[in-house]
Amino acid sequence: MTAMQEFKRHPLAKYLRVERFPHIWCAGCGDGIILNCFVKALDDLGIDMNKFAVVSGIGCIGRAAGYIACDSFHTTHGRPIALATGVKLANPKLTVAVISGDGDLFAIGGNHFIHAARRNVDMTVICSNNFNYGMTGGQSGPTTPLGSYTTTTPYGDIEHPFNLVHLAAAAGAVYVARWTVLHVKRLTESIKKALQKKGFKFIEVISPCPEVYGRRNKLGKAVDTMMKYKQISEIRHGYDPAKAEITVEKIVVGEFVDIEKPTYGELLKKQFMAVQQKLKGG
Amino acid sequence: MSMQREVLTGKHLMQGDVACAEGAIAAGCRFFAGYPITPATEIAERMARRMIEVGGMFVQMEDELASMAAIIGASWAGAKAMTATSGPGFSLMQENIGLAVMTETPCVVVNVMRGAPSTGQPTEGAQQDVMQSRWGSHGDYGVIALAPASVQEMFDLTIRCFNLAEVYRVPTFLLADGFTGHLWERVVIPSPEEIETVQRKKPTVPPDRYIPFKPDDDLVPPMACFGEGYRVHVTGLTHDEYGYPKTTDPQIQHKLVNRLCNKINENADKIIMTHEFMLEDAEVVVIAYGIPSRSSLNAVRKARKTGIKAGLLRLVTVWPFPEKQVEELSNRVKAIVVPEMNCGQVVREVERVAKETPVHFLSKIGGELHSPSEIFRVIRRAAKA
Repeated sequence: MTAMQEFKRHPLAKYLRVERFPHIWCAGCGDGIILNCFVKALDDLGIDMNKFAVVSGIGCIGRAAGYIACDSFHTTHGRPIALATGVKLANPKLTVAVISGDGDLFAIGGNHFIHAARRNVDMTVICSNNFNYGMTGGQSGPTTPLGSYTTTTPYGDIEHPFNLVHLAAAAGAVYVARWTVLHVKRLTESIKKALQKKGFKFIEVISPCPEVYGRRNKLGKAVDTMMKYKQISEIRHGYDPAKAEITVEKIVVGEFVDIEKPTYGELLKKQFMAVQQKLKGG
Repeated sequence: MSMQREVLTGKHLMQGDVACAEGAIAAGCRFFAGYPITPATEIAERMARRMIEVGGMFVQMEDELASMAAIIGASWAGAKAMTATSGPGFSLMQENIGLAVMTETPCVVVNVMRGAPSTGQPTEGAQQDVMQSRWGSHGDYGVIALAPASVQEMFDLTIRCFNLAEVYRVPTFLLADGFTGHLWERVVIPSPEEIETVQRKKPTVPPDRYIPFKPDDDLVPPMACFGEGYRVHVTGLTHDEYGYPKTTDPQIQHKLVNRLCNKINENADKIIMTHEFMLEDAEVVVIAYGIPSRSSLNAVRKARKTGIKAGLLRLVTVWPFPEKQVEELSNRVKAIVVPEMNCGQVVREVERVAKETPVHFLSKIGGELHSPSEIFRVIRRAAKA
């Protein structure tokens, strides 16, 4: 049996465009684990892959859209949420997920993130946060920890990073969670919960980038970095996201926000009914 | 949904921007994403009111980057989609106009041009974004752009934009200007049966045999939309016929980019529309597009009264450039006059094609229209030379 034949026998292979493998990710990258958790969640939920769309931006994890066997769009840098807004609003029957990175979603695409959250457009946004721009070789980004070394912060980063869960909560997301890639089961459950919930949902996944971030910051082997991220994490459901800043000593993980709020689509539908009623002379 | 509500058949006194919105609705547009900007805001305002009436979707996005991204998403979700803007917003849209080109997404972008560069003259009409509409996004590609000269054409040509976008799977521009956008004129809206609308070509094979970016003979691939069971992958990266990224194979880049150009170039005869006035025996010909073509027609009539054999070629389609028409004309006329509300854009194309025939350019910027008499004076000078 060839490797490909064997791969096709994998129970989750039907959710993947197996002909596109091997993927582009480096050994030790967390993105493969995120993809794995994601398709496991799809399988557990029995998602209809013909009514499911994944949109991604530019960056390493941005390639995930092209690996999942559903309608998928690999957009311009920073724009997946804006494009996904168009997809979801034009065809509300589709379940829409955005999978992208910290640079794509929060630097170049930051404005789209906060406004989609504010509008409460029905989509699940998963962010692989590896603290740098991996695909372009390790530059600093909006989540790079203060003092970290990257190719564009050769003397150490002097910018304060975003606390993504706080940002998402403040912008209005109805579900906000954070996990590391070693919280495989919890992350999978979180993705399932988000996919079933209405509104703008956000999951941050702390993911190692051993090749271009880890090495420069002497984080050791990929597995060690993953272990470290998990070891310093502390599960605190319902914790105030404002206080959940990531530090070298601690990463607070868990579900920070889980609330109900009318979605853009629901409010629109209501308005549509009212307008139609009025037009009929009601 | 009653068609009466979708197509406002009858005679109306209407503003240009509003007529554009009504044209879009009549063409089947059911998704509009936009951001307020003078002098195009009235299109968004009309769409905000009307989309919900016809079962469509209006969304005000956070900027023009997002608006353009949203209409691409909506188009892939199966809707006929449009956005409307002016120069500053058009600049922001260039990024995703390139994405629409690369992913062959049918969509319509209205640019109600105003004085530029930068924020320029928000309330004044201009034609300064014509070259930007052709070359504004990075790379080589083909697009379609139409230039309306009346409120009636704001309606008619918006419909044509949708039809062309659907047929050629390309972002199609309505290059209006602030004067025409804000002009109030009579519009005749035909009955729905009299309005020709076109839908994008769909796959005729089941999903397992569908190759999403494999073109037919017309160089345009049939389009399966999201949710139809075809599970397409769409990317802005150079891709093969399956839609998968292949970014280092020279052959694939060569084939794809050339097709993106050629599907417009090779179908130019079907796309291009021009209007001709008194060209049969003309010796001096005005070549104009958009609102200056109206003063040009007046100037041509005036010239005829003084015995000058003048004529007008009006470019309804600006891109692809009507090369054949201009070339044919340049071979038999003494001189060409090109009035534009910019410092010289389409005149470069005319000069390129007209070769030895003298071309007189008449620039007008600042927020004024060409007067018929100033165009007439150039015609007279050209006739004497």
